[in-house]
Amino acid sequence: MKPVGRAGLLRAGIFFLLLALIPVLGAPGWLLTTLIFTVMYAGLASSWNLVGGYAGYPSLGHVAFFGIGAYAIGLVFTNSVGSGFEPFLLLPVIGVAVGLLSIPVGWIAMRTRADVFAIVTITLLFITQTLAFNLKDLTGGAQGKSVAPPPFPVETFDWPFYYAMVVMLAIAMAISLYFRRSKIGLSLATVRADEDKAHGIGVRVTAVKLLAFAVSCGLVAMIGGVWAYYVGFIYPQFAVDPLITIGMVLMAFLGGRGTLWGPVLGAFILVPAQEYFAQTFGASELYLLAYAAVFIVIMLFLPRGILPSVSERLARRRLAARGPGESPGTDAARPVDPAVRMEAAR
Amino acid sequence: MAEITTTVALPAQGEALLELGGVTAGYGAGLILRGVDLTVNRGEIVCLIGPNGAGKSTVLKTVSGLLTAKDGFVRFAGNDLNRLSPRERLGLGIVHVPQDRSLFPGMTVWENVEMGAFVLNDRALVRRRLEEVTERFPIVGRRRTSLAGSLSGGEQKQVELARSLMLDPALILLDEPSIGLDPKSRTAVFASIAQLTEDGRTVLLVEQNARSGLAVAHRGAVLEAGRVALTGAGSALLEDPEVGRLYLGASAAGKTPRLDAAAPAAAAP
Repeated sequence: MKPVGRAGLLRAGIFFLLLALIPVLGAPGWLLTTLIFTVMYAGLASSWNLVGGYAGYPSLGHVAFFGIGAYAIGLVFTNSVGSGFEPFLLLPVIGVAVGLLSIPVGWIAMRTRADVFAIVTITLLFITQTLAFNLKDLTGGAQGKSVAPPPFPVETFDWPFYYAMVVMLAIAMAISLYFRRSKIGLSLATVRADEDKAHGIGVRVTAVKLLAFAVSCGLVAMIGGVWAYYVGFIYPQFAVDPLITIGMVLMAFLGGRGTLWGPVLGAFILVPAQEYFAQTFGASELYLLAYAAVFIVIMLFLPRGILPSVSERLARRRLAARGPGESPGTDAARPVDPAVRMEAAR
Repeated sequence: MAEITTTVALPAQGEALLELGGVTAGYGAGLILRGVDLTVNRGEIVCLIGPNGAGKSTVLKTVSGLLTAKDGFVRFAGNDLNRLSPRERLGLGIVHVPQDRSLFPGMTVWENVEMGAFVLNDRALVRRRLEEVTERFPIVGRRRTSLAGSLSGGEQKQVELARSLMLDPALILLDEPSIGLDPKSRTAVFASIAQLTEDGRTVLLVEQNARSGLAVAHRGAVLEAGRVALTGAGSALLEDPEVGRLYLGASAAGKTPRLDAAAPAAAAP
């Protein structure tokens, strides 16, 4: 379709350069830990966005694949991780394997749409969690499963995990960008708008939906693998945790579904907010209320997510500045990105 | 993913391009089509008329592949279509313009027309076709940056027709192109349809507004209860008293006509 905008590449370059420099510039431990989880959620939300945003299929079961990726690391590296970098080398294998595994699942689940699809996928989450509790030989059940500790030096212990998360986010965003700029993105946009119309113009509807689902699930599994290696201990209720699914969905919604930066923005708002509230309100459940309040406020004022709402507002202002002679639906009324426009048309 | 072919050996002008024989089809267990026999020759406009529920749109769907015939054959230029996907049929040069608004409302006019060439990968070819189509349908150029959803019904129909030409199709299936249009837009749409055959294209048209449909068509076919009850030259059907009484709202023998809403406007002097 269109060439990648130079400004967009520059923005991404600066963003990732900053992320890469943070540990080197001597970020304190608490900041790096927070950032690991922030970048992890940004990666999860960006991966989820491939199917939940671009294809318009709001999966609530993605954490099942996160858990499978986590257990894969736990199973292979129970006793030793060698130099410490072997688990990272296994990640591409996990990504491909889980991607392939997700195809039959997606093929069944994606025969349904919208809310039914959400229910079917959340069922998948609970089935996977139940399996994790009960396949004790594999997962250790409720006792959990440990990953061998990495032999990293104490002062830079977090760095490999941090950079692994940054790389995963970069991969998820690069794939999103590739989708958007290729016929895949165009196909997904038509699928999201109207599958029957998409069929009518010759879009391979099932194939493109499954592609988005498989890539999305594979990425989420790889991130799950990094997470498991970082936390070192895998329990069913934390590896296949509905809160992780909800986290990635909320962040994508908050920032703007079907946009490149929306999920990243959502994660960089919600994860630090959650940490801050947990600090401020201590162990009480109040921090969850505050967390919910942030979300409600943003949904009230920016219901389609931050990026689409803001870009629409800017476009409207530009239109108003041009004067009343301008008819609606001309250039100025167009939000920047086709997916946003599709959404606006609903 | 096999690449589709955009060329197929077409029969000579005036010879059978599309043949349906004993076609049965339906949704779920029920049958809508109960043995449709129909031939459309190359370069013709054939208009299907008939009451609501007779299966007019269903005939088009079995040709474009949105529905698969349960029995009987659908042949295009001698090729059996029954096993082909909608995408493969597009590749053969069969384009379906459905009844309901088929443009993507959130995309611009230009993007929608470009979408008509979705299955093509040759950018230079797409660009050339866009130029040709814009020349033919000036609205595509005039409103290129407008969102398709902001156009009027008549304008959208013109854009849909423009889009259908992006694949340079041999056969265009038009489902009720005049539905919901004011008389002026309707005239414009039928003028565009008449033009389609000028460069050797073939049109299978479904029209509720039988008078205008038959007027533009070379031949007409009356569909009733899932079968073709009657075929003939468009002008002959227009003059047929029985057809007139049932579908055109005109009274041949002084009986009370069954008016369909659009007929009086078409019949007005």
